[in-house]
Amino acid sequence: MSLTDHATGRAIPDRLRTPLDKRIKSWETLLLIVAVAIFIANSFASPYFLNAWNLSDATFNFTEKAMIAFAMALLIIAGEIDLSVAAIIALASTAMGAAVQAGAGTPVLIAVGLGTGVLCGAFNGVLVTRLGLPSIVVTIGTMSLFRGLSYIVLGDQAYGGYPSDFSYFGRGYVFWVISFEFVLFALIAVIYGIVLHTTNFGRAVYAIGNNPTGALFSGIRVARVKFILFLLTGLMSGLAAVCLTSRLGSTRPSIAMGWELEIVTMVVLGGINILGGSGTIPGVVIAAFVMGLVTFGLGLLNVPGIVMSIVIGALLIGVIALPRLWAMRRR
Amino acid sequence: MKRRTFTTLVAGLGLTASLMGTSAMAQDNMRIALVVKALGIGFFEAAAEGAEEAAAELGDTEIIYTGPTDTTAEGQIEVINSLIAQNVDAIAISANDPDAVAPALERAMQRGITVISWDSGVAESGREMHLNPSSNELIGNMIIKLAADNLPDGGQVAILSASATATNQNIWIEEMNKVMGDYPGIEVVATVYGDDLADKSYREAQGLMQSYPDLDAIIAPTSVGIVAAAQAVEDAGKAGEINVTGLGLPSEMAGAIESGASRSFAIWNPIDLGYSAVMIAHALATDEATAQPGASIPMGRMGEVTLDETTSGAMADPFVYDSSNIDEFKSIF
Repeated sequence: MSLTDHATGRAIPDRLRTPLDKRIKSWETLLLIVAVAIFIANSFASPYFLNAWNLSDATFNFTEKAMIAFAMALLIIAGEIDLSVAAIIALASTAMGAAVQAGAGTPVLIAVGLGTGVLCGAFNGVLVTRLGLPSIVVTIGTMSLFRGLSYIVLGDQAYGGYPSDFSYFGRGYVFWVISFEFVLFALIAVIYGIVLHTTNFGRAVYAIGNNPTGALFSGIRVARVKFILFLLTGLMSGLAAVCLTSRLGSTRPSIAMGWELEIVTMVVLGGINILGGSGTIPGVVIAAFVMGLVTFGLGLLNVPGIVMSIVIGALLIGVIALPRLWAMRRR
Repeated sequence: MKRRTFTTLVAGLGLTASLMGTSAMAQDNMRIALVVKALGIGFFEAAAEGAEEAAAELGDTEIIYTGPTDTTAEGQIEVINSLIAQNVDAIAISANDPDAVAPALERAMQRGITVISWDSGVAESGREMHLNPSSNELIGNMIIKLAADNLPDGGQVAILSASATATNQNIWIEEMNKVMGDYPGIEVVATVYGDDLADKSYREAQGLMQSYPDLDAIIAPTSVGIVAAAQAVEDAGKAGEINVTGLGLPSEMAGAIESGASRSFAIWNPIDLGYSAVMIAHALATDEATAQPGASIPMGRMGEVTLDETTSGAMADPFVYDSSNIDEFKSIF
């Protein structure tokens, strides 16, 4: 079977061409229009929306999640998924908390946070690539495992007492209303955009997502690429843990509860095919803004969080269904 | 075709916007936000009810009842940020994490928003005052009073506590011992520990009934112990003979009240708590009162609260639940 796949000599483009090419292109356009429309609707709906500081506050609703979403996007394009990301945040934050109790300074804390993230990512990666287990099963397991460890260490207690210079990562501003987290988010977006869209590694990610067997036969080291993607997702979760812990100034085992689904939502809303093989980083960037704007806009109107989830869900289904509806009506 | 779908989409968004527009509130009202640990919890829904009652009494006050979907600090920070952006007049919060929400609340105070905490407090830097539902003195007095009120001629009572090292319970028992002189004829014959485990508490209650055949009441200042003790009394056929009282949750104690194993018990009243939090927030936001150690702040029908050196204060005696009001509260919490 793999031979026939190979024999057909199917091209593995990073954007599937006609008629999908147009659709994917219009995806970002559509998303951008949605983002602008939400922005305008928000400005009319609440007199408090158009304010530099308020908008700056609003970016905190998505920057940490988006950092992970970029790594998750690559993972999903390659046909895998990591549902343990929020649990990695909890474990990394707990490790940082423990380090503070042991008297660690800010540089050590960052190393501990990122290191824990990478180790968790490596653990997921080994289970998926070495043992050949399905990533959704593995990471549902490690989701409970990593957060469970936090609960064992902390119980109903909290770690606090982070050094004051550590608070810069989550509360610092680089320039006027531009927060450090936002700059980090933008920088990571650019890096991931370059990696996915201009490098051999990026091409390999698409190839694996489209046809793992074909990719293997083309000489791509599939297991290694996937392992690196899990490492990157772990690293980004560690980075998000550093930012979030710094912003909160304390660690509880319930930290970042439920973020994994919000991150996957962001990725899918960004036009990444949940079955792998296609999608772009700019799409994820716009999706991050869309989700941030929607939650902040609804928050300004004091819409309860449960209703917000419904709106996000409806938005997700709507944006995904629209292009398909177009296609059906054209036929 | 494309254009038409876009038009539909834009029209849809426009409609949403106009719907949102109608819900945008009148700006001249005083807006007080009641921020809870998470939405959809009976206890906090009841507190919101009390908050609305206070708003109706005050007039010109609008309650924004809000909170995250999960009991997380970061969810509450998002809520606080949006309240700061709306420039509300006051925030009254029951915090998921006393330290994590403090920086966001400090920013709120810098922007001139009155911030108080209630139920579950915030670090001192992040609020102007904290409202405890009750105090150790009041709880200590209440648990013995509940037993004594049903024993006009005196009698024997025993205490079924949580663990021997449970800080809260030990403080309450200590406070109870201080006021024993006010209840002549009441004799505490034993203190046993059920470790807040249902089965152990049940066995300890059985043991008490065997060791003290003349026992008149069991005081359990723990919500696990009180239910287990009431069950033990009921199973021994002594309902009505031995009165189980202390601190419990109405939802768990409704059966014991019905069977007569417990005549009354106490716990905070969330309605009063929400009411008082709004009254205090209003008084502070209008500068009718200032939050400083020793200050007294009016709370409408709940009297007034006096602040200690950490600018926290106790609302009232724990609220007594008996057959007259248990049906109303058992569905709340």
